[in-house]
Amino acid sequence: MPTSSDALDALRVENLGKMYRIGERHAKYRTFRETISGLATAPFRAARRLAGGNGPPPSPESIWALRDVSFRVGQGDVVGVIGRNGAGKSTLLKILARITEPTSGSAVIRGRVGSLLEVGTGFHQELTGRENIYLNGAILGMRRREIDSSFDEIVAFAGVEKFVDTPVKHYSSGMYLRLAFSVAAHLDPEILLVDEVLAVGDATFQRKCLEKMEDVGRRGRTVLFVSHNMQAIARLCPRTILLDSGGVAVDGPSHKVVASYLSSDIGTTAERRWSDSRRAPASRAARLVAVRVRSVGGEVTDAPDLRKPIGIEMEFDVLEEGWSFSASYDFYNEEGLLLFGSIETDPEWRNKRRPLGRYATTAWVPANLFSEGTVIVNVELLTVHPLTRHFEERQAVAFHLVDSMDGDSARGDWGGEWSGAVRPLLSWGTRIVPSGEPDSGVARKRESHVS
Amino acid sequence: MEQVEIPTILIRPSRGWIALKLGDIWEYRELLYFLVWRDIKVRYKQTALGATWAILQPFFSMIVFSLVFGKLAKMPSDGIPYPIFSYAALVPWTYFAGALSQSANGLVDSANLIKKVYFPRLTIPIANSLVGLVDFAIAFVVLLGLMFWYGVTPTWRIIWLPAFLLLALVTALAVGLWLSVLNVEYRDVKYTIPFLTQFWMYATPIVYPSSLLKEPWRTVYGLNPMVGVVEGFRWALLNTKTAPGPMIAVSAAASVVLLVGGAFYFRRMEKTFADVV
Repeated sequence: MPTSSDALDALRVENLGKMYRIGERHAKYRTFRETISGLATAPFRAARRLAGGNGPPPSPESIWALRDVSFRVGQGDVVGVIGRNGAGKSTLLKILARITEPTSGSAVIRGRVGSLLEVGTGFHQELTGRENIYLNGAILGMRRREIDSSFDEIVAFAGVEKFVDTPVKHYSSGMYLRLAFSVAAHLDPEILLVDEVLAVGDATFQRKCLEKMEDVGRRGRTVLFVSHNMQAIARLCPRTILLDSGGVAVDGPSHKVVASYLSSDIGTTAERRWSDSRRAPASRAARLVAVRVRSVGGEVTDAPDLRKPIGIEMEFDVLEEGWSFSASYDFYNEEGLLLFGSIETDPEWRNKRRPLGRYATTAWVPANLFSEGTVIVNVELLTVHPLTRHFEERQAVAFHLVDSMDGDSARGDWGGEWSGAVRPLLSWGTRIVPSGEPDSGVARKRESHVS
Repeated sequence: MEQVEIPTILIRPSRGWIALKLGDIWEYRELLYFLVWRDIKVRYKQTALGATWAILQPFFSMIVFSLVFGKLAKMPSDGIPYPIFSYAALVPWTYFAGALSQSANGLVDSANLIKKVYFPRLTIPIANSLVGLVDFAIAFVVLLGLMFWYGVTPTWRIIWLPAFLLLALVTALAVGLWLSVLNVEYRDVKYTIPFLTQFWMYATPIVYPSSLLKEPWRTVYGLNPMVGVVEGFRWALLNTKTAPGPMIAVSAAASVVLLVGGAFYFRRMEKTFADVV
């Protein structure tokens, strides 16, 4: 826990809470008609809402996105914030960035605050790279002379020297994101709030971003860094706060917090081993030894490339002869939605009795099937005839998929939000249909963007 | 490293009416500048006719009004040729109507910024109401050309013109503040704006002179701030006899009341923008 005195606290958060009315974040705005029908039933509530409201109405349809959160951050500390989706991370950052107001509690911040909640906020497609640097810089709170003095550095960091006077609508999504991050990375406030910006760009650019963040920390800036990327958290932040359903669950040294998150929750964990065989999931016939996520190259990874096949390997011991086995995996996304399940179909072992020994079964998920985000795998070992479940391990492994935005994933050139549980790469074709001859012509691939 | 005074920010729930914090807007004047600059730039980059639009709209309205109201309806025009009589009113009116609808839609159009970055939210409607000044300037040059064509020589009264323009700006901003806040909560507002501006135009002496009204009703008419603006423009440029004194004072007062009320209402509702917009 931090021990710095009050005077050195860059950030002091006390009992911070934020309540949303259910539906407010999703249903968004109302229409007159709804309000008028509401007026008939609840005139006072509606009238008060119209006048701005005085605090939250006590309503059963409200949820606390954040409740009683207290912590302190010393000046110059770099602190990570982790937690599953909906734990309140983004709400916390939005309150500290003064984008939204808390419902209760308070926060005191000493110093100028810069927030990077999304790169490229305020970029305008019609404007050139140069114009967007100035516009975006001003939006992020930079002074004009600050932008002037770091202009060349921003352009060089993004690697867009040749296109600085081209409208950004002609940029590839990779260039666009690099430029956007570059402007934000040159913001130099006393306190920097960062939300998951490292999930963009290719591996090289991500490394550059991490280095830039380390640099910010080294210069004595206070950083609050929200991420799903446990490696980045562990590398950048000595201390981490784990949020769970709106409250602080754990606050301490990053390696401990990350470990507790990974073991208890749905953090990413590329490999699980049960070294103590007495504690391993098992039946009298079989016992789980390990589960791993592998890339095509064979290495264990918690951040595989979604454009390549991903292998899920389960290692187990057969303890009793006479059984046939089938491994079965279920893949969930971080919202707990079952994406799909799969059962072993390897003909070599199908319905065959296995001799004693250790087996490693791998299922390869095709390339370009997942969307970015966290995928959690439940594994089990079954015998189909007679139906027996030998063991089951929920949330055995989890991995985090990142789209490098190079334009060759199923995203194409689209760099924005993407919904849908899976994102397979379909085979697209467009042909010119000559008039009067509707069925002639050859499928033509669309020319890709400049990059 | 130069050590400057470190600002301390206190974040906590606000209650009731809150201070306007105009100092914050001054702090963010560069952002204000860039927002105006962006809108002007994008506007002239995206439209094929660019600056011509600034002239076409009031100019064609002037032609139609001259035919319908001037020639057919024989509307009085204080002894001024009808085309220039209506155009001198249409130039500030076109600016006002544009600034009003821009600032009323501004918060919704900037939803992405509001949800991602902090800055004084008042910056948005202020920027929106400034952008149209470029179009105004272009249309105004045409007005000067028309005055020359009709042989109208401006007098010393022209020095008052900036004051009337400011009155138009303040009125557009004031109404824009109210509407932009309501627009965040009720998207219906967006659809009422074209109707509102059209209705308001006929409630303002653009196609007719305010001299049709007898005192004291003419002064009461000044409660519509645009009455003061339009008659002020005619008085300053065309030397009309409708001496605007008390009427303009009423218009200015009405406009300031609207603006102050709008600014406080805006500040009060500001905290919910990011959650609702």
